[in-house]
Amino acid sequence: MNQATRKLSGDTIFRALTMTFAAGVVLLFVTLIVVLWKESQLSIDAFGFGFLFSSDWNPVTEKFGAWIPIFGTLVSTFLALLFAIPLSLGIALFLTELAPAWLRTPFGTAIELLAAIPSIVYGMWGLFVLAPLMADHVQPWLGEHLGFIPLFSGPSMGIGMLTASLVLALMIIPFIASVTRDVFLMVPQNLKEAAYGLGCTTWEVARDITIPYGKKGIVGAVFLGMGRALGETMAVTFVIGNAYHLSWSLFAPGNSIASTLANEFTEADGDLYLSSLIELGLVLFLITFTVLTLAQLWLRRGMQESDR
Amino acid sequence: MNNMQRRKIINGTVLVLSTAAAMIGLVMLTWILGDVAIKGASAINWDFFTQLPSPPGDEGGGLANAIVGTLLMTVVATLISVPFGVMAGTYLSEFGRQTALGSTARFVADILVSAPSIVIGVFVYLLVVKTMGNFSGWAGAIALSIIMLPVITRTTEEMLRMVPKEMRESALALGAPYWKMLVQVIYRCAMTGMITGIMLAVARVAGETAPLLFTSLNSPYWMQSMNEPMANMTVALFNYAMSPYDDWHAKAWGMAFLITMSVLVVTIITRISLHKRS
Repeated sequence: MNQATRKLSGDTIFRALTMTFAAGVVLLFVTLIVVLWKESQLSIDAFGFGFLFSSDWNPVTEKFGAWIPIFGTLVSTFLALLFAIPLSLGIALFLTELAPAWLRTPFGTAIELLAAIPSIVYGMWGLFVLAPLMADHVQPWLGEHLGFIPLFSGPSMGIGMLTASLVLALMIIPFIASVTRDVFLMVPQNLKEAAYGLGCTTWEVARDITIPYGKKGIVGAVFLGMGRALGETMAVTFVIGNAYHLSWSLFAPGNSIASTLANEFTEADGDLYLSSLIELGLVLFLITFTVLTLAQLWLRRGMQESDR
Repeated sequence: MNNMQRRKIINGTVLVLSTAAAMIGLVMLTWILGDVAIKGASAINWDFFTQLPSPPGDEGGGLANAIVGTLLMTVVATLISVPFGVMAGTYLSEFGRQTALGSTARFVADILVSAPSIVIGVFVYLLVVKTMGNFSGWAGAIALSIIMLPVITRTTEEMLRMVPKEMRESALALGAPYWKMLVQVIYRCAMTGMITGIMLAVARVAGETAPLLFTSLNSPYWMQSMNEPMANMTVALFNYAMSPYDDWHAKAWGMAFLITMSVLVVTIITRISLHKRS
């Protein structure tokens, strides 16, 4: 074997090796979907499409429907984003435009570090600190003043949809805020200076220059935060209350897909019960898959446009 | 003038609101960290690190087995995912920039990074626990490695891409084959960055609970091997916090403190090393 072919074969082997592992990543993903799909089959055969919209969940009679956990997942995520988006934008704006220069780096780093705290810590704090506070002070006050709205009616139990959404919001705020700050920092300084030169106020610069310029990045960050909130387990399981009934009241306990899985998966006896839980996992995976794919496409499109 | 006043008022209002948002964020987060530090630190003592858990309801005991279990599973998960992720990342950066496999793997890795970790737990339950017939430390480690894999793959790719073109060209010009150029030059240049990526992935799984709930489960005993249910800090924290015992609640805070501190320390170290580099 001469020198040239030996080099070639070394390269070929290395290339084939790396390719195998890259293909392994794709294979893992495909296996994940196939395995979940196959193991859900029992439940899919038994309940069909009705599974998604039925609000039965009864292990005794073996009637399962995913609507309550799906509803809980969507509502808690929606409320969490409702709280988190304005707060995150405010924090990002503060960090890039208002804070004195010496405060920006430490404050920014603190926010980023908070994004690294494990979600179980947020969940546990929610259970032991936030939930009693909600039960004793916040919910009675809301009930007294806004109780005529069905959303704020009912007994103050502390744990429930509202508390779960708050904990979820706290968990995703650092994430959305730090990405949004990075996006704001990428706005060219001379654009902003030009606007200030024309006599714009700080808010007008933010509204007409910074936010439009960073719109793509902000939407991308919100999508990613949403992806996290949808699949978040530990921050929610502690405080959502784990109850199977639909209620208008945000004080009432509910359930999310992830919390249902966390609470019931190891206790599921009976093949149909387990298969229904797996189908629930598949539904969660498909929801987050859709959201994350949209985020990827959106961000990629943004990148291509800014390349031009 | 009236218009000017209006603009100033709007501006002032927004600035106040934005500062308030930042303050709310700061207060909430100091509150959480403060609670974890105060309630957690007081629960930590020598027994916490050296004793086995006491039976439900009894005071005392520690969580030595859970601490060792978490460390062991994290190390095994790292050993599985690092070679896998580094090789896959190498393909993405070096050979698969434009190929169909490259873009598919990149897309899939990006999805997996943010995929719900509880679904990974269900998947590993079906794949490993059901096949082996029992919950095990191996299953837990595999679940954690699946969570680390996409993070390591993507950071490796990015770090390799950041190596200057001149490095590649000079190695190739000296007659080195492509793979030797990669192993001896490019990996060395990108080493700090790759290690940072691995550390961030470790920090992430160290606090993961959801994927361990149905894989490693938990156990009040010392492990004999990784073929049996294995104690770990996060699932123990979950069980302890949900229990009715005050002593267990205190221990749950202690574990929350320990986990948070380790994750923060790792994150801060990687951050400093990244800063030095850039």
